[in-house]
Amino acid sequence: MNYLKSHPGLVILAAVLLVLPFALPNAYAFDVAIRVAINASVVIGLNLLIGYTGQISLGHAGFFGIGAYASAILTSRWGWPPLAALVAAAAGTALLAWVVARPILKLKGHYLAMATLGLGIIISIVIVNETAWTGGPDGMPVSALSAFGKELSGERPWYWLSAGVLLVVTWLALNLIDSPAGRALQAIHGSEVASRVVGVDTSAFKARIFVLSAALASVMGSLYAHYVGFLTPGLAGFFHSIELVTMVVVGGMASVYGCIFGALILTMLPQLLSTLEGWETVAFGVILMLTMIFLPRGLVPTLKNRFGRGTS
Amino acid sequence: MSQFLQFLFSGVTVGATYALAALGFALIYNASGVINFAQGEFIMLGGMFAALFYQFGVPLPLAIVLAVLLAALAGVLVEKLAIEPAGNAEVVSLIIITIGASLTIRGLVQVFMGKGTRSLPAFSGDTPLAVLGATLLPQSLWAIGVTAVVVAVLAWFFGRTVVGKAMLATAYNKLAAQLVGVNTRFILLLSFVLSATLGAVGGILVAPINYTSYDVGIMLGLKGFVAATLGGLGSGLGAVVGGLLLGVVESMTAGYVSSAYKDATPFVLILLILFFRPQGLFGKKGTDRV
Repeated sequence: MNYLKSHPGLVILAAVLLVLPFALPNAYAFDVAIRVAINASVVIGLNLLIGYTGQISLGHAGFFGIGAYASAILTSRWGWPPLAALVAAAAGTALLAWVVARPILKLKGHYLAMATLGLGIIISIVIVNETAWTGGPDGMPVSALSAFGKELSGERPWYWLSAGVLLVVTWLALNLIDSPAGRALQAIHGSEVASRVVGVDTSAFKARIFVLSAALASVMGSLYAHYVGFLTPGLAGFFHSIELVTMVVVGGMASVYGCIFGALILTMLPQLLSTLEGWETVAFGVILMLTMIFLPRGLVPTLKNRFGRGTS
Repeated sequence: MSQFLQFLFSGVTVGATYALAALGFALIYNASGVINFAQGEFIMLGGMFAALFYQFGVPLPLAIVLAVLLAALAGVLVEKLAIEPAGNAEVVSLIIITIGASLTIRGLVQVFMGKGTRSLPAFSGDTPLAVLGATLLPQSLWAIGVTAVVVAVLAWFFGRTVVGKAMLATAYNKLAAQLVGVNTRFILLLSFVLSATLGAVGGILVAPINYTSYDVGIMLGLKGFVAATLGGLGSGLGAVVGGLLLGVVESMTAGYVSSAYKDATPFVLILLILFFRPQGLFGKKGTDRV
């Protein structure tokens, strides 16, 4: 019951995730819920970087793509067990992120945006061009997720898996933010110079959070690959990176629950608008601009401020 | 040798567009500290509008003028509707706002002009000129020549006119410029108009060589951004050199290494530059940015 006091949001989230399957009418609704959970988990990781540390990444879909394609290639072409492939993909992504983290995170503002964008685009171009491995623009099939001889299929098992992962990721993120390391990250957002003055090793912290969020994106990419069963290179592309950043900023930078809302809204939006070809891009753009202009801190923090603690 | 020359020609032609896009980035960055991710859409709008009007039977020169005017109008709208209301937002917010503007423009073009590709006729015929064993399209000369003229006009504008000097003053120190009576809000608006115009001109110049469609703006814009960063954000000379360099490197990669990885080279190049010389080739740390 301590948890109800210290993390009421987490308890509510768990309750909602537990009750939701009874309210979802059909397989399509389950599908949307699973996608929301996968996106939300990626976005929570990205938010640790953007929202808490103040470091933008316009290339996170690249890490998601590495996870997805590494899992697909290792399981389908090399016959690896899916879990081993998932771990290997995450380790590979973490290694890549670790190698580039220090030179990239030395950069600030627009230069950082450029560098992360460049990294993401290089990854997506490699995926498009290495046709022999990835199937190129035509995409490639992925085997089902199996562990200990059992295969995971059907929307309900996948729902429980993705909802469980989301809950764990949320819990870890909340703990991380409350830890001394999390305080250090927020201090970096406030002022990098000031945090260095009080003895925070800013570059080490920034690098660690970059690696962590990249590895998380990779794991979710692997799960996504097994879930959808067929990959196309768009999932590693620039537009998907933008979608992920949009989810962070619409829901609310520096708010873990905001990320879940952002993922919820922006995953459902294209589904609702899918009949209006072209307009979904317009709607996406307009929502981005309006949120940034009128709710620069995002939906959840703004609402929380207005109704929760009065105006400040 | 003739092969090398061939790659050089095509590199410089595309590089001229990158240079115009990069100049657009530099202009807005100087006036407002914003990197306008919608810059690529201005390039796309130029090409698409010109092709659309031409298709409707408007004479080519008039179609070009109309396209540039409409793109400039789009620049006004982006500044008035998206940048100005945001006020003094953070860099991350401003980046996202301009990305939103770019998606909106691209989506609208897709809705109203369709997904198909369009093309413009070459300004003065398609007969290639033979130069030392390589061929050079007349349109390439147009692209290179017009870019050179634009750069010269901009140099005159910033060096000799009151408005140009006011823009430089705003870039150097906004508050000080306001104190001596510069209308910095007008300067900001002007920078968007100018950069939209530059982008549109670039888009029109290459439309006869490469087909244009609603989604060409992403890559062109991103490469313009790479070119601007390569030269050092905010440096006019750097933008031009960065653009040309990028075009040539890209063309050489396509010719000698792999055409599949042509689009990746600018991004590999920029990562290397940022890792080893974070302020760009021509940028100076913390000094004037013009």
